[in-house]
Amino acid sequence: MATYQEFIQQNEDRDGVRFSWNLWPSSRLEATRLVVPVSCLFTPLKERPDLPPVQYEPVLCSRANCKAVLNPLCQVDFRAKIWACNFCFQRNPFPPSYAGISEVNQPAELMPQFSTIEYIVQRGPPTPLIFLYVVDTCLEEEDLQALKESLQMSLSLLPPNALVGLITFGRMVQVHELSCEGIAKSYVFRGTKDLSSKQIQEMLGLAKPAAAAAQQQGRPPVCLFLFRFLQPVHRVDMNLTDLLGELQRDPWPVPQGKRPLRSTGVALSVAVGLLEGTFPNTGARVMLFIGGPPTQGPGMVVGDELKTPIRSWHDIQKDNARHLKKATKYYEAMANRSAVNGHSIDIYACALDQTGLLEMKCLSNLTGGHIVMGDSFNTSLFKQTFQRVFSKDYNGDFRMAFGGVMEVKTSRELKVCGAIGPCVSLNSKGSCVSENEMGVGGTSQWKVCSLNPSTTLGMYFEVVNQHNAPVPQGGRGVVQFVTQYQHSSAQRRIRVTTIARNWADAQSQIQHIESSFDQEAAAVLMARLGVFRAESEEGPDVLRWLDRQLIRLVKTHLKSSFSSSRLHLQFMFHLRRSPFLQVFNNSPDESSYYRHHFVRQDLTQSLIMVQPILYSYSFHGPPEPVLLDSSSILPDRILLMDTFFQLVIFHGETIAQWRKAGYQEMAEYENFKQLLQAPLDDAQEILQTRFPMPRYIDTEHGGSQARFLLSKVNPSQTHNNLYAWGQETGAPILTDDVSLQVFMDHLKKLAVSSSA
Amino acid sequence: MNVNQHTPMASPYGQPQPGYGQPGYAPLDGGYPAPYAPYNGPASAYQPGAPQQGPARGPPASGAPPVSAPQPYNQYSQSQGDMQNGPPLMTQAPPRPAVSQPYNHGAVNLPGPQPSFPQHYGPPPSMQQVTNQMTGMQIASGPPTPAGPGYAPPHSSQPPVSNAYSAAPPPSYTHAPPPVSSAPTQPPPPSGPAPSQQYYGGPPPPSQQQFNSSLPPTSQQQFTSPAPPPSSQQSFPPTSYSGPVPPPSQAPAPQVSQPQQPFPPTQPPFSSAPPPVSQPAFVSGPPPPAQGSFPPRAPPPSSQPGSFPPPGPPPTSLPSGQYTGPMPPQQQPPPTQPSPYHSGPPPPGSQMPPTSMAQSNHLPPGPQGPPGPPGPLQQHPPQPGMPGGFPPQQNGAFGQVRGPQPGYAGPYPGQPNYGAPAPAPAPAPPAQKRLDPDAIPSPIQVIEDDKAKSTEPFTTGVRGQAPPLVTTNFQVKDQGNASPRFVRCTAYNMPCTADMAKQSQVPLAAVIKPLATLPQDESPPYLVDHGEGGPIRCNRCKAYMCPYMQFIEGGRRFQCGFCSCVTEVPPHYFQHLDHTGKRVDCYDRPELSLGSYEFLATVDYCKNNKLPQPPAFIFLIDVSYNAVKSGMVNIVCQELKTLLDYLPRENPEMDSMVRVGFVTYNKVLHFYNVKASLAQPQMLVVSDVSDMFVPLLDGFLVNVNESRLVIESLLDQIPEMFADTRETETVFGPVIQAGLEALKAADCAGKLFVFHTSLPIAEAPGKLKNREDKKLIGTDKEKSLFQPQVGFYNTLAKECVAQGCCVDLFLFPNQYVDVATLGVVPVSTGGSVYKYTYFQAQTDKERFLNDLRRDVQKLVGFDAVMRVRTSTGIRATDFFGSFFMSNTTDVELAGLDCDKAITVEFKHDDKLSEETGALMQCAVLYTSCSGQRRLRVHNMAVNCCSQLADLYRNCETDTIINFFSKYAFRGILSNPTKAVRDTLVNQCAQILACYRKNCASPSSAGQLILPECMKLLPVYLNCVLKSDVLLPGADVSLDDRAYLRQLISCMDVAESHVFFYPRLLPLTKLESGSLPVAVRDSEERLSKGGVYILETGLHLFLWVGASVQQELLLNIFGTPSFSQIDPNMTSLPVLDNPFSERLREIIDSFRAQRSRYMKLMVVKQEDRTELIFRHFLVEDKSASGGASYVDFLCHMHKEIRQLLS
Repeated sequence: MATYQEFIQQNEDRDGVRFSWNLWPSSRLEATRLVVPVSCLFTPLKERPDLPPVQYEPVLCSRANCKAVLNPLCQVDFRAKIWACNFCFQRNPFPPSYAGISEVNQPAELMPQFSTIEYIVQRGPPTPLIFLYVVDTCLEEEDLQALKESLQMSLSLLPPNALVGLITFGRMVQVHELSCEGIAKSYVFRGTKDLSSKQIQEMLGLAKPAAAAAQQQGRPPVCLFLFRFLQPVHRVDMNLTDLLGELQRDPWPVPQGKRPLRSTGVALSVAVGLLEGTFPNTGARVMLFIGGPPTQGPGMVVGDELKTPIRSWHDIQKDNARHLKKATKYYEAMANRSAVNGHSIDIYACALDQTGLLEMKCLSNLTGGHIVMGDSFNTSLFKQTFQRVFSKDYNGDFRMAFGGVMEVKTSRELKVCGAIGPCVSLNSKGSCVSENEMGVGGTSQWKVCSLNPSTTLGMYFEVVNQHNAPVPQGGRGVVQFVTQYQHSSAQRRIRVTTIARNWADAQSQIQHIESSFDQEAAAVLMARLGVFRAESEEGPDVLRWLDRQLIRLVKTHLKSSFSSSRLHLQFMFHLRRSPFLQVFNNSPDESSYYRHHFVRQDLTQSLIMVQPILYSYSFHGPPEPVLLDSSSILPDRILLMDTFFQLVIFHGETIAQWRKAGYQEMAEYENFKQLLQAPLDDAQEILQTRFPMPRYIDTEHGGSQARFLLSKVNPSQTHNNLYAWGQETGAPILTDDVSLQVFMDHLKKLAVSSSA
Repeated sequence: MNVNQHTPMASPYGQPQPGYGQPGYAPLDGGYPAPYAPYNGPASAYQPGAPQQGPARGPPASGAPPVSAPQPYNQYSQSQGDMQNGPPLMTQAPPRPAVSQPYNHGAVNLPGPQPSFPQHYGPPPSMQQVTNQMTGMQIASGPPTPAGPGYAPPHSSQPPVSNAYSAAPPPSYTHAPPPVSSAPTQPPPPSGPAPSQQYYGGPPPPSQQQFNSSLPPTSQQQFTSPAPPPSSQQSFPPTSYSGPVPPPSQAPAPQVSQPQQPFPPTQPPFSSAPPPVSQPAFVSGPPPPAQGSFPPRAPPPSSQPGSFPPPGPPPTSLPSGQYTGPMPPQQQPPPTQPSPYHSGPPPPGSQMPPTSMAQSNHLPPGPQGPPGPPGPLQQHPPQPGMPGGFPPQQNGAFGQVRGPQPGYAGPYPGQPNYGAPAPAPAPAPPAQKRLDPDAIPSPIQVIEDDKAKSTEPFTTGVRGQAPPLVTTNFQVKDQGNASPRFVRCTAYNMPCTADMAKQSQVPLAAVIKPLATLPQDESPPYLVDHGEGGPIRCNRCKAYMCPYMQFIEGGRRFQCGFCSCVTEVPPHYFQHLDHTGKRVDCYDRPELSLGSYEFLATVDYCKNNKLPQPPAFIFLIDVSYNAVKSGMVNIVCQELKTLLDYLPRENPEMDSMVRVGFVTYNKVLHFYNVKASLAQPQMLVVSDVSDMFVPLLDGFLVNVNESRLVIESLLDQIPEMFADTRETETVFGPVIQAGLEALKAADCAGKLFVFHTSLPIAEAPGKLKNREDKKLIGTDKEKSLFQPQVGFYNTLAKECVAQGCCVDLFLFPNQYVDVATLGVVPVSTGGSVYKYTYFQAQTDKERFLNDLRRDVQKLVGFDAVMRVRTSTGIRATDFFGSFFMSNTTDVELAGLDCDKAITVEFKHDDKLSEETGALMQCAVLYTSCSGQRRLRVHNMAVNCCSQLADLYRNCETDTIINFFSKYAFRGILSNPTKAVRDTLVNQCAQILACYRKNCASPSSAGQLILPECMKLLPVYLNCVLKSDVLLPGADVSLDDRAYLRQLISCMDVAESHVFFYPRLLPLTKLESGSLPVAVRDSEERLSKGGVYILETGLHLFLWVGASVQQELLLNIFGTPSFSQIDPNMTSLPVLDNPFSERLREIIDSFRAQRSRYMKLMVVKQEDRTELIFRHFLVEDKSASGGASYVDFLCHMHKEIRQLLS
């Protein structure tokens, strides 16, 4: 057997799953002692170029409350044409179409390498993708121009049959009718009035005709009149391009000392209402582009007086943010409505100040939408990120899927506690649902309105087997993920992933269990729990909780293989300092933005977020990863730091001087030029694939932007211990934060001393 | 006045003589002059006449003479006494005199002339003379006698009537018995009344009938037969009585009837009324007795109508009874009546004798006398009626009077209005027959007279001088008082005390048209700029600098003419005074020498202390199914393309500053972005009608020139876009809200043009339901139909006014749209409502477009506040028009255009002095169409008088009618229409009675005496009472009534005049340069062989007689055949002949005069459409039950007599 490393890697490649423990303790008691719960990071739509989807329906267990899908772990009686469900042990006959089944003629789902398999099913007529642009017009002229161009460009990226719609807003909200010729028509809503979905549909003239038309025409559920506001791209390409071209800045005058009136809340409400009325339960993206905070109407985040600044963490902690609760509640309600209908909401916020992401984050968090934050629409960060939303996979399909419903089935010894990720609960209670909730729990089904290949959910389980009822030797715990979704080609698909792990007795096989510990996965999973808590609790509480967990972990494993969790502890150290848990130096919007991405990216990206990667470039050798430590900051090095959100190229003091002197321009210093170029090339590579585009920062020793680097590295050298450490190397960091070393020492002390 | 005076003065005597030849009598008449005497006089005069005619009369004559004699004296005395009238008249008289003279001539000609106006005049003269003399002025037609008769016949029938009525009496006989017996007691009346009413029809008929029926005929006949009478009548007619005239017509019959003829003649002279009465008297009474009897009766009645029951009461009751009685009798008895007459007369006579003394009353008595006999019967009935009316009072006064009242009902029965509904019809006809329409005051004559005398420009410098009539073309020279084009008053001599005002009941009001358009040859008000400090004003009352400010202390201070407060003259305004105390620069400064001028307002006079933005026009077009189908949308859009180049501007050289915006709507609203930078307009749909807002700012209101292409593109596309619409529901409230919000957003004032088709039933604020319920009409709940259905629009109107948002509403309904409610906002904001029922593109396009063009182009001010300040002693207490008032003094007008007039009523709050007169200053602060804030000031000074006669001599009936109509039309919001009508009649009766009592020379109570200036009051009032608003026909929709009601509320005097008394011109001969002389609005005046044009300010008809000459048809229509005339044509074919050219020119000039375009309707005689046309022949009985002029006059007379007794 390969090492756990290889096993883990293999599993991840095949199934998109990383478990914190790869051997499961066989009883609840033991599992609890392990501190880190049995949990996994699951990437439902992990790209599997090697996995051809099968074109038939999955075979389901006939037990009503089970409905597990036939999988390689099932026992099959080929002669009797019967298979036993490995979750409920129900014996099911194969359907007639499987008549020819035999040991040599097995369907794909029975082959071990198809532990993950994708079915294409025929469910209803295919519905086109829907993109509804919701555009803020209270922008600076340049920004608006850039945004308009991006939007026009995006039209060319859409499949011709995709439906597009346009809503613009400022002080008023305008729903543009795309079907008319001649005069450009739009329906206008007042930005200050909260309207119910029904009212909106009535006002848009969607109410009655919808029902009537549907009855008359029967078949085509999507009637022509519905196309008033949502039109196939190929039909309105020109129109819409012109329309976008003619978009004006919000014409209402903005008096001195005021913010423009921005009716984001109503605009979203109208967008959601429109889709609700026309295409319920169909994959759709509402793409919201905002250049500032909502300043009026429901969902308002800040008043229009410039003298009242937008809320900061300070205000929030002092309970001084007037609109926070109301706005949050408003957007939450809307997010839930939208999620119910399977529509996801993206937020593209480009402004120098905050835009109210804190309040609006749930829109994307609950519906699987993207949040992109930038300084201006007129930056490549936004432009390329936006372009990347429409990126395509090897098949030429969009890397996005809609209306996903993920169901988890577990074998009896295991129950599911919850999920953390861009999903909402579908409240499907079942036998495999634990009462102990972690993340979004209390259900075995979650809705993920929008998925992409990197969307990753953290799933938390609980071992419910009692200590006195040992699992039979060689028994395996099984988890099955059934994800139904609408593929970007409009097909309905179901992806089934079935995973099994061995049970182990924690008493006798503790070493085995410990060795199956996946530090990286565990770190990310714990971090997600922490972030999830941070959303609802005060920062210090979360930190204290995290610390207690760590102390317990250290204590439990101190005796045996503590070293194996050293990496884990290091992650935890950086997590404690990360913007996911620390709000210092971050605006509420930024915190929301970071957390949003943290809970949806896959393991690798998550790790980068927690502990940025630092590469060092020098004349001394090839580029090498170095410790994220202040000691790595040397004068003759160029550092490339990737924090996921930022790419920082840092030129050491000497390098910076050389560069200033212009050596790279001289032929004889060609090597210096190459040295300078090397990190740029690497950064470019990262930029190419990352979504959202990271902020690209080119700085040098003493540069103001160097703070991005300095705030991340382990402050092993500070102004406090500078001389104690001698003139070794590296640069001192001006901080009172403890270094990793101090943290570890302290942790050990606590683990040993305390009786906790 | 003048006329009266004149008439009285010279002509009377002289004329009378001619007229009757009984000149001698004339003198008598002269005698009449005495107020009472007048009547008597007239009577006597008549009598004289009678005498002349017949021996029978002789007696009367003899009798009369005595009377007359005294009368003459009286007259003189009166006249003197009336001096007021007289004198003033004199002064003013000049013009009139002329007229009167004509009269005389006319009189002379009378017989022949009658038909023609001259005749009228002629007759009038005589009549007038008589009356004049007698009354001094009234129409008295005085010939009081005549009057008596005249009135009597119809109305009054009063005693006179009764007399005349002796005929009536006869009937009365039938009735009479009861009456008589009961007569004394009123009880009978009751019974009688009813009958009377029915009879009414009868009664009046009686009188009429008499004419018609043998009785009347008799009487009339008498008159008529007495052909002579006609002449006399004519003479009378002039005065006012139609009576005479009728007689002639009826004369034949009467003649037949008999000896009376002689009398008749006399009677006729008397005025129809008198005739009857007198006639009877004459007839029976030999007259003399009759007359004598009259008096007697009068006395009795007067003394104790009741007590005297027999005689007196009868009389009194008679009057009424007569009406009633007569009527009934007439109806039935008529024939018999004659006989009764004879017989009757005697009785009266007998009665008469008793009273003899009451010669003055004679007439009345006469009537009574006649009535007496018949009267009793009649009276009884009347009495009953009376009771209801004024029994007691009347009794007190004169039995006769009472009689009249009762009669009222009866007589006027024709006018259901009056109370005696049923009767009315019948009566009316009879009445008509009886009275010679030519003998009663003729509007045409008055108008023509006024034209004739108004050759000089009218200068406003003389205080208390009444301007020429609105129908007259004249030039005005502003010499310190506002031109009558801006301000017209009901009275130019205000009574000094509240008591006098109350006694006279003459409304003190001014009709102000602040932005009136002036003719080319008169310069618009000068613009005065007093610099940064703003206009100079009195410190206390804030009156603006005007010619009434008296500079003192060498010019350092000025004393306010309104409140007498002394204010420092600012240094920059200082100027030395000359030796007369006038500022040296007096004539250099408009505000010191003119009646009307404008100040440039400073920022202190602006909203929010900010100079206003230029106003905006917003066009809101209904695009529901009906609107599109009718073609309205298409027409509006097409027209707007060109119309936008004609937005109002002050400087014709410059582009208009007015910005425009466009909205279309059905259940939802569509705003349009027409910003110049756009290639295509953009439509913004707002469906949230429950909470209206404006979806855009920039690009909604644009400058026409900048956005021309986009706007044109929009206007091209709107009809296309909605061509296939199936939306039938509309909203209305949100539409106005939208416009209002847009103006608010743009922070400017402006005007909304709303083109709307249907009842707004879609779910939205201001949603309405159909509440047209014919069953409510005539009930106490009727008033609710004129009130807005929901309060929403009142609130909205208030908001509109606050923003300076004026709303003009164009309605294109196919059914009930609830104009009463939809019109609330336009009316409160100074806007207009236009209504095109069953709009069809083809036929109504022209009218609509012309209205629209005018409405868009006309000069208009925004966000206006009008304040009327007055000198101590009077106060502006009430305002009528299209505006909103949030307090009791400031009239707020979101918009004020050149066609809007505001009627202001004044009341005394102290004594006025004859020396200083009464001053008023009307200041209107407004934003001009170029966005300039201005103050327009109109000053008006009138005299004050301590003699009622002065008041009556210097008043203007047209203005009074304007006031009355507005007053009444507002009254129906809170009172049943019947009550409103009664109030009107009552007030008029009081006005005339007051005159009769206090100003006219003594004369027979049976004589109707009208002040010269008010002699048209009855006919015009009748027109008001018959209007669709107050007396709807079965086919008049509620919407139409509400529409008219609102329309009247802001009419000026000229418009209301022609509206109530349409202009009817014969077109047989057309001369360039002058219009043919109009004819009176009566079918009788139409000749089968003629073509007539009739205009009301709203409608324009071309009536073609059935046997019109081919040549005329060829000239006008280009076809020789009557049957080939297309009744649907709305414009005349353009033919190349002088006649056609001139006719079209006339039509065009008519249209140019009116604020609304009049669609031409060709009416062929005997065609169905003639019904509509006839509706406007206001002197005739109307299909809806309105009384004819003659009937009404009789009724009025009766009322007056009732008041006097």
